[in-house]
Amino acid sequence: MSILEYNGAAIIGMAGKDCVGIASDNRLGIQYQTVAMDFKKIFKMNDRLFVGLAGLATDVQTLDQLLRFRMSLYELREEREMTPRVFTNLLSNMLYEKRFGPYFCEPIIAGLDEKGAPHLATMDLIGAQALAKDFVVAGTCEGNLYGMCETLWKPDMDKEVLFETLAQALLASVDRDALSGWGGVVHIITKEGVISRELKGRQD
Amino acid sequence: MGDSAYSFSLTTFSRTGKLLQIEYALNAVANGRTALGIAATDGVVIATDKKFGSSLVDASQVRKVEKITDGSGFVYAGVGPDYRVLVRKARKTAQAYFREYRETMPVGQLVKSTASVMQEYTQSGGVRPFGVSLLVAGMDGDGVPRLFQVDPSGAYFGWKATAIGKGYVNANNFLEKRYQEDMELEDAIHTALLTLREGFEGEMNGHNIEVGVVSKNDGKFRLLTPEQIQDYLDEAN
Repeated sequence: MSILEYNGAAIIGMAGKDCVGIASDNRLGIQYQTVAMDFKKIFKMNDRLFVGLAGLATDVQTLDQLLRFRMSLYELREEREMTPRVFTNLLSNMLYEKRFGPYFCEPIIAGLDEKGAPHLATMDLIGAQALAKDFVVAGTCEGNLYGMCETLWKPDMDKEVLFETLAQALLASVDRDALSGWGGVVHIITKEGVISRELKGRQD
Repeated sequence: MGDSAYSFSLTTFSRTGKLLQIEYALNAVANGRTALGIAATDGVVIATDKKFGSSLVDASQVRKVEKITDGSGFVYAGVGPDYRVLVRKARKTAQAYFREYRETMPVGQLVKSTASVMQEYTQSGGVRPFGVSLLVAGMDGDGVPRLFQVDPSGAYFGWKATAIGKGYVNANNFLEKRYQEDMELEDAIHTALLTLREGFEGEMNGHNIEVGVVSKNDGKFRLLTPEQIQDYLDEAN
């Protein structure tokens, strides 16, 4: 068993028209035993930038702390907010620095850039980047998520359609994965602000 | 140890509260060749004269205006070799920044980090302060033209236009009279050359001055060739 699948996760990042969304499940498990149903896997970096971390829970929390530390320093030093592109490169570098003893996390970055256009990126646990125009997925039911996103995604979705698509893709995917589920959360990032909604989902 | 009151360290406060070594460094700057810069609405120009003690010096082998990042460059007044150290450190810092964020280092950050280096050399053991003041010209992604001065103490200032080195008081007076808020880069280049000529001994040509510009057109810092400089000089006549 891979250590990346020890705790379980399902995360999606998806682009809409002038908005971008990110969704995750709530489960924290130790292999097949569920330990918590309110585990946070998506972290707000600033008003226009979220990161989701799938993988080993302890590394998820450590990386969040580390990223917030680096973001705060950057914002104080440069007196501006970090753009999603810069954030992606920073995280990629942080992961690669630990090339031979990595954080067991696969991140998903969803944000709006300076022009308000969606920025979606993912990377493997040692920081190899992949940028996407449509959607990115990570976690133990990655395969299911790919299937659902490929089926449901359409270009230029508005924020409500994007929410519905993310919610349906997530819920349908985790129902066929034993390691993720127990409800979820969806964040839609728009220029006007962030819409966050919790999903109930199957509680078994 | 000598028996002078300050022999234990080169950079210790004197009884009057001054740091004499830093004042001496500023003297070294004031004796250096004039350098000046002007921030226009759509770009920045920095320039310096390049005259030598002997007519036998090959001026084409001497560089005083140096590119640091794609969008910024340095010029200096003071001790030449000290300047090269700062240029090397600044370039390395800028590349380290790019390596980490995949984004060109902003001019403000470049100035801050270079000023920090210069400050360290006023407090560290076994070193002396840099005998140079820098002018930093540049433009970030936002297209706002920026001009900074960095002194040996590590102090830095943002300017619309300024001069350093020999005759800087006269040059600054001249700039104060000639500077206009709505000045465009082409005008600024002419004003820079005109200001430089005020304190210049002999005839200016494309080979005995150096000019660096960053323009809003492409946001890139570049050195003017001797031919381009000559064209600007000819236009002024």
